[in-house]
Amino acid sequence: MLDAAAHDKLPAAPGVGYKPQHFAQITADPGAVKWLEIHAENYMGDGGRPLAQLRHLSERFAMSVHGVGLSIGGEGPLDADHLVRLKHLVGWLTPASFSEHLAWSTHDSHFYNDLLPLPYTDASLQRICDHIDELQSTIGRRMLLENPSSYLAFAESTWSEPEFLAEISRRTGCGLLLDVNNVFVSATNLNFSPQGYIEAFPLHEVDEIHLGGHDEDEDGHGRPLLIDSHGCAVVDPVWALLDFTLARSGPKPVLIEWDNDVPDWPVLEAEAARAATALERVPA
Amino acid sequence: MSVSQTEFTRAMMDAGQPVPDGLIDHHAQPAGRRFNVYRNNVAVSLTEAMHSAFPVIAKLLGKQNMDGLAGIYLRQHPPSTPLMMFYGEDFPAFLEAMEQLKHLGYLGDVARLELALRRAYHAADAVPVAPEELGALAPDQLMNTRLTLAPAVDVLRSPWPIHAIWRYNTEDGAPKPELRAQDVLVTRPEFDPTPQVLPPAGAQWIRALIGGASIGEALEQAAAEDKSFDLGATLALLLQGGAITGLDSKG
Repeated sequence: MLDAAAHDKLPAAPGVGYKPQHFAQITADPGAVKWLEIHAENYMGDGGRPLAQLRHLSERFAMSVHGVGLSIGGEGPLDADHLVRLKHLVGWLTPASFSEHLAWSTHDSHFYNDLLPLPYTDASLQRICDHIDELQSTIGRRMLLENPSSYLAFAESTWSEPEFLAEISRRTGCGLLLDVNNVFVSATNLNFSPQGYIEAFPLHEVDEIHLGGHDEDEDGHGRPLLIDSHGCAVVDPVWALLDFTLARSGPKPVLIEWDNDVPDWPVLEAEAARAATALERVPA
Repeated sequence: MSVSQTEFTRAMMDAGQPVPDGLIDHHAQPAGRRFNVYRNNVAVSLTEAMHSAFPVIAKLLGKQNMDGLAGIYLRQHPPSTPLMMFYGEDFPAFLEAMEQLKHLGYLGDVARLELALRRAYHAADAVPVAPEELGALAPDQLMNTRLTLAPAVDVLRSPWPIHAIWRYNTEDGAPKPELRAQDVLVTRPEFDPTPQVLPPAGAQWIRALIGGASIGEALEQAAAEDKSFDLGATLALLLQGGAITGLDSKG
């Protein structure tokens, strides 16, 4: 049994996005998986099996709570009810980490269940920082903010994405979650160097790395358009970009995200084992 | 040339609207088809949420029809909170209002049963009282007792055989539904919600209990609806479902 006191920080080791169908195997033998991430919104019911499983897992694993519904980039105010729900979840679970997205998903009190894109301007910067300040003071802890997958850009943007995220971190004190697959997807779609992006990224503020699968499509001009789907294995060029990142950042907690067409446990565990191998190559 | 979130969502939810000016590709050309990624993501994720929320309705209608209905529903009733576990609460009334589905009058109530099962799955935990506690009460004491029921408990009344339809579409070898009214009790013995058919006037009795009536007062209401009301059988269903969480015999 692991020491519960060791669960207040994500280890620089592989984790996976938790899926209830894997509960029995994870509790029997987690293999290379050292920590688990859950989507906050799936654990905001009042009781039943989801919360019972979560209580059980949190005794054994360091947990990361990953919000997908706060709409930090929304033009309107943050949803006060949702802030209360997050505070409650983070309060009783006391996870090792809480993270959310540089995105919006709610507008005029409608929730669109997707991570929608933002212009990078002084005005959006101020609004996002205000929202992060409000969130961090409500839940009483530092959060991590994740870089998005981009399919298009805003003509009005005046900041590069790494600079924008670095400035948010500087102003609010929040940490960052670097999704290496998102970097690869955005770099392909918007034709920039993924290595250049990583080199411009404030890696010292990164407390977690995400990896996931993407789909391939094309835009209206026959050029490749990658879609962040979390529905398949991580591709080799993204593994290579992970190596490139870890060589500069040092070891970090690395999460495999597989949310759609969820595979059997051995397939997901093998992805985590591959992340473990990548981490072993990095000098501490 | 800024793009507001109002413009963005309007174009995202209606493919007939033009892609907002100010969204571009890496050559500073209009984003065009790239915007469809968001249109697709929203429609696909909410359609999938409807399929997993209403598997029996999806089975009854077939995938293509369910996809089409979900596509209309998600535009008329986008989620009002990020809690997708509760999405679809307007779907029963939506189904009943569809002219093309009027010949399938039972759909709305079957959808209500699926909603009730999902709510029960996420309802607060509660510790049931031991059956012996009820058994220890003298008959007149029992009649004066008020019951607290578990948060997972729900009662549905339908002119359609909703339990039989649900079973026929979720259980191998379940009998074919016969045309009759069915009242259904939903309980959650541990983690798995369980629907059970209630005997005549059982629904009336349980609803009276939930409304604060004593067992005896509720019995009078149930007997007024149906003289054959079976108190013992209905009480047994509640006990089996771990549905009684508190007794108040003070009168």
